[in-house]
Amino acid sequence: MATIQPIAGTNEQHPDVALVERVRAGDVAAYDELVRKYERQVFRIAQHITQNREDAEDVVQDAFLKAYEKLEQFQGNSKFYTWLVRIAVNESLMRLRRRRTGKMVSIDEDVETEEGSVPRDLADWAPDPEQNYSQTELNRILRKTIKGLPPGFRVVFELRDIQGLSTEDTAEALNLSVPAVKSRLLRARLQLRERLTRYFRRRKGVEK
Amino acid sequence: MTCSEFLALLDDMIDSTELRTDLKEHLRCCEHCEVTLNTTRKTIEIYRSHQIYDMPAGLRERLHAAIMARCKKGC
Repeated sequence: MATIQPIAGTNEQHPDVALVERVRAGDVAAYDELVRKYERQVFRIAQHITQNREDAEDVVQDAFLKAYEKLEQFQGNSKFYTWLVRIAVNESLMRLRRRRTGKMVSIDEDVETEEGSVPRDLADWAPDPEQNYSQTELNRILRKTIKGLPPGFRVVFELRDIQGLSTEDTAEALNLSVPAVKSRLLRARLQLRERLTRYFRRRKGVEK
Repeated sequence: MTCSEFLALLDDMIDSTELRTDLKEHLRCCEHCEVTLNTTRKTIEIYRSHQIYDMPAGLRERLHAAIMARCKKGC
């Protein structure tokens, strides 16, 4: 999986910069490379926010087309992927608003959920809890579990923990402050852990 | 160190392999915090190792076609 790696040395360019320059010079194949590199990640972000497969597909297409059209506006003082995520998040939120007939949906809303940041279920997990479920069943559990979190928590978890973006890049991509990203990440991690404990707890007696 | 103080530092601990002495000390005598730290790490690991949202078949081709169509209108 492509993750945004810090570039060693101040004179070294991020590889995306060269691709963007080629696209600006009219090389559409270079844009295809950027698409192939990031389409999976963008699809997952869109799916996390919209929770609708068709909408997520449309978001991927709209986000890449919009980024292509606006490429002249990309300054290069942020990373291409961070800039792309910002476009994808905005497109996803627009889709979500349309589904919810105009109701405001925002990533920067600081949702106070019942599950705060204090763990309540302290049961330990079975040694290899995934082994108790088929791949299909496990994926269903993981999707259902993360779906229960607010959209802003889901996206922060995806960007930081799954895609490996830094806290600063996540904050920039989502237009959030660094403390807001940290707070959402902690609560997302603890809430997911708590919810997964229902499935993965060490069972007394015979394991399934 | 209290459990709340420990949990406030949880994020810093998730990825670090070497814990500060006071954190190690707390873990040694607090089973609850040890379980929380280990299962939170495991939560992240499980989500990292499973693709819960697969790219739909044909999306790449549709995307490519849409970009090429847009390009023909003027790159």
